[in-house]
Amino acid sequence: MTTDQPGVDGADEGTADAGRSTTSQDPHAELLTDPDAPAKAIRPLHLRPSAMAWIFAGGIAGTALRYYIEKAIPHDGASWPWATFLINLSGAFLLGGLLEGLARLGEDSGWRRRVRLCAGTGFCGAFTTYSTFALEIVLLGRHGDFGTAIGYGLLSVAGGVISAWLGIVVMAGVHRKKAPA
Amino acid sequence: MIAILTFLAGASGAVTRFLLDAWTKQRWQSPFPMATVVINITGSLLLGVLAGAVLFHDQSSTWQTVLGTGFCGGYTTFSTASFETVRLIQQGRRTLALLNAGISLVVSVAACAAGLALVWAL
Repeated sequence: MTTDQPGVDGADEGTADAGRSTTSQDPHAELLTDPDAPAKAIRPLHLRPSAMAWIFAGGIAGTALRYYIEKAIPHDGASWPWATFLINLSGAFLLGGLLEGLARLGEDSGWRRRVRLCAGTGFCGAFTTYSTFALEIVLLGRHGDFGTAIGYGLLSVAGGVISAWLGIVVMAGVHRKKAPA
Repeated sequence: MIAILTFLAGASGAVTRFLLDAWTKQRWQSPFPMATVVINITGSLLLGVLAGAVLFHDQSSTWQTVLGTGFCGGYTTFSTASFETVRLIQQGRRTLALLNAGISLVVSVAACAAGLALVWAL
């Protein structure tokens, strides 16, 4: 018995460690770690023309909406870039809610995958932008507005994370309310 | 016409991001979302070059709109970067989450500034 003991302890410790470092603390283990991950398929998802077509369609809509919002609220290079700020935060919220909602509805296949590719990878991905965000920080710095540049950068990144998390939490709440008691 | 070209360029950027993301993940599996980080850094560098061409070399801003607002905008993504940071936090990988957010921000801005400076120096 005593000779078995260390092995058992070791196994228990191993299980506990594995639990701590992986999913037991994860309150949303049902969600994908990476929204653009190619799911298991006979033909890899990224080699399917239909997957690219769905992303392309969503990408047109996302880019168009961003284009018109940026046009309506132009950035002069010296003030707070409100258009990009609002686009990025609302897009992060939408993506969080979308992926949580889809994950709660079932596995990533069929129409759920098409919606993820079109509305998630395509629309939210193209609607939000990191390059314009980075350029605005550089232009603010070039104009000498270092405070605004740093504040804009940090608030956007923190705000984006909070928005995506809020999207997940709100959608999880909606799903719980709809679920039968 | 410029608007339509911009939308098509943005959609092409989104598909490019999807393909590059899948290609990276096939070759290098890691809990750190390297693909999105690289996409955002390279897209920011390209936009810096485009903006520099307009600012310092009097190039038509049409190019910056179509390739910058369109392609770079659709290629890079803020929503996926934010979502991936949230997922890392939820998995208890706080250091990776902080690294993901920090490296994306600092290196993308530096890459964009480098692109701008490169064109200015030419």
